[in-house]
Amino acid sequence: MKNDVSIVLAGAAGQGIETVAGMLASIIKNSGYNVFVTREFMSRIRGGTNSLQMRVSSEKIAAYTKHTDVAFPLNSTAISHLRKYGRLNKETTVIGEGEFLKGESAADLADLIEVPFTELAKEVGGKIYSNTVAAGVIASIFNVDEEVASNYLSSRFASKGEDVVDNNLRAYRRGFEIGNDLKERGKLNFSLENNPSVKEDLLLSGTQAVALGAIAGGCNFIAAYPMSPSTGVLTFLSQQAREFGIVVDQAEDEISAMNKNLGAWYAGARAMVTTSGGGFALMTEGLSLAGMIENPMVIHLAQRPGPATGLPTRTEQGDLNFVLHAGHGEFPRVIFTPGTVEEGFRLTRAAFNVAAKYQVPVFVLTDQFFVDSSNNTPKPDLKWTVEKHIVTTDENYQRYRLVKDGVSPRGVPGHGTGVVVADSDEHDENGHITEDLNLRPKMVNKRLHKKLQLLQEDAIPPKLIGDSKYNTLMVTWGSNYYAVKEAVEVSNTDGVALLHFSQVYPISEKAIKHLKKAEKIVVVENNAVGQFADLIQKETGIQIPDENRLLSYNGLPFAVEEITRFIEDITKKERA
Amino acid sequence: MKKENFEIMDSVDYDIAWCPGCGNHGIREVLKDALIELNLRPQEVVMVSGIGQAAKIPHYVKTNVFNGLHGRSLPPALAIKAANPSLTVIAESGDGCMYGEGGNHFLHTILRNPDITVFVHDNMVYGLTKGQASPTSQKGFTTPVQPADRCGVTNTPFNPLALAISMDASFVARAFIGDRDKTKEIMKKAIQHKGFALVDILQPCVTYNKVNTFKWFKENTYYLDDSHNPKAQIMSFEKALETEKLPLGVFYVNSSKPTFEDESGVYDDNKTPLHMREVNVQKLTRLMDSLKDGI
Repeated sequence: MKNDVSIVLAGAAGQGIETVAGMLASIIKNSGYNVFVTREFMSRIRGGTNSLQMRVSSEKIAAYTKHTDVAFPLNSTAISHLRKYGRLNKETTVIGEGEFLKGESAADLADLIEVPFTELAKEVGGKIYSNTVAAGVIASIFNVDEEVASNYLSSRFASKGEDVVDNNLRAYRRGFEIGNDLKERGKLNFSLENNPSVKEDLLLSGTQAVALGAIAGGCNFIAAYPMSPSTGVLTFLSQQAREFGIVVDQAEDEISAMNKNLGAWYAGARAMVTTSGGGFALMTEGLSLAGMIENPMVIHLAQRPGPATGLPTRTEQGDLNFVLHAGHGEFPRVIFTPGTVEEGFRLTRAAFNVAAKYQVPVFVLTDQFFVDSSNNTPKPDLKWTVEKHIVTTDENYQRYRLVKDGVSPRGVPGHGTGVVVADSDEHDENGHITEDLNLRPKMVNKRLHKKLQLLQEDAIPPKLIGDSKYNTLMVTWGSNYYAVKEAVEVSNTDGVALLHFSQVYPISEKAIKHLKKAEKIVVVENNAVGQFADLIQKETGIQIPDENRLLSYNGLPFAVEEITRFIEDITKKERA
Repeated sequence: MKKENFEIMDSVDYDIAWCPGCGNHGIREVLKDALIELNLRPQEVVMVSGIGQAAKIPHYVKTNVFNGLHGRSLPPALAIKAANPSLTVIAESGDGCMYGEGGNHFLHTILRNPDITVFVHDNMVYGLTKGQASPTSQKGFTTPVQPADRCGVTNTPFNPLALAISMDASFVARAFIGDRDKTKEIMKKAIQHKGFALVDILQPCVTYNKVNTFKWFKENTYYLDDSHNPKAQIMSFEKALETEKLPLGVFYVNSSKPTFEDESGVYDDNKTPLHMREVNVQKLTRLMDSLKDGI
C-alpha cells in the first residue's frame, strides 16, 4: 500500500489554484487523511507559472518532493515548468485540457489524460466552475464523502447565493464521476489508509501558526512594513485586531516599525514585528537599541534568498548569520527556528514570555517555504500563562539596578509611583546617561554575560529522532525538519538519526552530548555555506567538514529525494 | 503641587552637558513650570527623545524617559501613547534629529495624529557634532562642512511649520525661548491639545551659530496677533511662509481630527492600558476551531 499521493496543480497566478487547493485540503483532511500543501510562485500578481503540491498521506508528512503522482496543468506553460524542475516523469498521470497537453515537453510523457474541464464546466453553469470539476476528480481518488464536500461548498459559497453553491456542487459531482470512470479504467488507483482522528485537526499554514502563537502569547501591538514572505502575519493580526485588542500600524518604513514596537514594549505592551531579511536590515539599529535598553522584543523574520532583493517569493535559510550578528555593540539574543506548524505556534507564543522574562530580543526565524506551506496539526493545548514580568514601581525605583542575575525588575511608565528611564547611551542604575567608565563593565556584565548564561541554561534542547544507536546524525534547523525526517525514514538505513534544532542560539548544552556521540554529523541547510554548521563549530568545537554539509540554494525547499540520495551515498561510502 | 516635583537635581547630581548661555537651559526651566502648572505628576509623563544636545533634556527633568536613537523619537512616542493613552507623551529633540534624520517619521507621524506633543529645539545648526548645517540652517550660513568658498549652505531651509500645516497637523506653533512666559503658554496649550502638536522653539546656539543669536531672533520675530485665525489653514500656511520676520505663536489648530489611538479601536469599549490586559482564551479557542476547515 502506498503511503502518500502527490498531486500537483500548475498554472498562472490568478487562475484560482489556491481556491481549489483550499477546498481539497479541507475536504480531504475532513475525510481523515493527512494533507500537506506547499506553493512555489513567481513575484508577480497575474500570469507566469506557479505550482502547488498537495501530498495526501496516511502518516503525517509535510515535505516537498519532486515525485508527482497526478499533475493538472492549467495553462500551456505548466508542463514545461514542472519538467524544468524534474517534477514529471513516466509514472505521472497528467490530466488536463487537450491544448495544455501538447508540445515538445509533453511528448514523452506516458500517461496523458485529456479532460475538457472548461466544456464540462459550461454544461453545469459556466467556465468559472472548471476548477471545481478538477477538484471533484481529485476528491474521487480519496472517496471523499459527498456530504463533506457539500458542507464545505455550502459554507464557502453561502454568501454568493444558492445558485453558486448548486453549480459548484454539480461541477464537483461531474468531476467525481470522471474520476470514478478513470479509476474503473485502471487509472488513479491509489489506496491509502485513513485515520479518523485527523478530522479533528486544524489546517494551518506557517503564517497562521506564527500569528496564532503571537495572539496566544499576548501580542497586543504590531507595527510592520509589508515584505514578502512575512506579510501574512501582519495581515492575519490586523484582521483579528478588533477581536483581540491589537494595535496595528503599517509603518512608513522598517526603521519606524522597529522603534514603534520598542516604544510599545517600554510602555508595557507585547509587541512584535514581522519582516524579511531586507526589512530587518533597516531594523538593526533598533535591535541594538533593544540590546542597550534591555527592552523585550519579538521579531518574526521569514527568510527569502538575498542578497538585496534576491528572489522575493522563493525560499532560503540565508539570514542566520545576519540575525546572529545584527546590531552594533554586544548584547544577547535568542533565536527560535520552528520546523513544524506546531512549533511555529508554540515557539512564537513562548517568544513573548522569554522576551519579557529576560528583557532581550527573541527571533522567530522562518522562511518562505515554512510560512507558505500548510498542513493538518492537532489543536494545540491552549493552557498557557502569559508572563508579564512587570513590577509596580515605587519612588526609589531604578530600571537598571545591578542585581545578581542581571535581570533588573522591569517597571513600565504609569504603573506605580516611580519613573522608568531608558537611554540608548550607557547609563547608570537610574537609566540616566553616564560616562562613568568604572560603571560601564558592570553594565555590560549585567546585560550581556549574566543574561547569556541564563539564556543558555534555559535553551530548548534539540530533538533526537530515529535510531538511538546512530553513527550518522542528520542535523536540521527550521523548515528542513520534515524533509530530513522523511528522507531518514525512506532510506531506511541503520545507524542514521535526526537531530532537529528549534532553537539555534544559544545552543543548549544538551546538544553537545548528541553531537559528540555521532561518528559523522551531516548538517542540512538551505544556504550556500552552511551557516549553522559554522555556528556549531564555533559554539562546540566540533568540526563539520564541507563534504558533510548538504546545502541547497536554488530558491526551492529541499526535495525529500535530494536528501535520501545523500544519505544513501554516504552510507554506501561507509560500507565500501 | 510643588515645583520640585519635576526637579531631578534634588535627588541626583548630574552634570548638565549644555554650554553656559545655551537656550536649552531656558527650555528646561519653562518645561518644568508648564508641567507643574498643568498639574501633572512625573510618573504620568513620558519624555521621548533622540540624539543631540537638545535630546538630553529628559535626563534633566524628573519624568519617565525613553531616550532612543537619533531621529527616532516619534515612532516610540506614538507607540507609548497607543499602549497607554493615560500617559502624557512629549517628544523633544533638536532640529537635526526631528527634521533631518527623522524627517520621514515626522511626516508619517503627522498623518497618524497621535495625541503627543513635539517640542523641537531649533537653533539652525548641529551642536553636538560641532557645528555643521542643519535642515533649518539659512542659505549662505557657513560651517566647516559648508564653507564660504562653496557659498555656505545652498539648500533651501526646511520649513517645519509650513509643511505641518500643509499636512493638516492638528496643532502647529512656533516659540522663541528669549520670551519664557509666552513660550510656556504655547507649550501648555500644545500639551493640552488632543492630537499631534508641534512647537518649533527657536533658540540660539551660543557656540556654533554666530548668525542667529539671541539678538537676531529678537529682531527677526514678531507675535501673531488677534487678527490671525488659527482655524484657517490657508491663512496659517501663508503666515508660515513668511521669512523676512518669523511669526511666533499658535499658527494652526484643527481640533476635529481623531487620534491614532482612538482609531486603533483598541480602546472603544475598554480603557485599560495594554499592560493590564489578558489574552481572551475563549475567543482564541473559537478562532482555532474555525481553522479546522482550513485555508
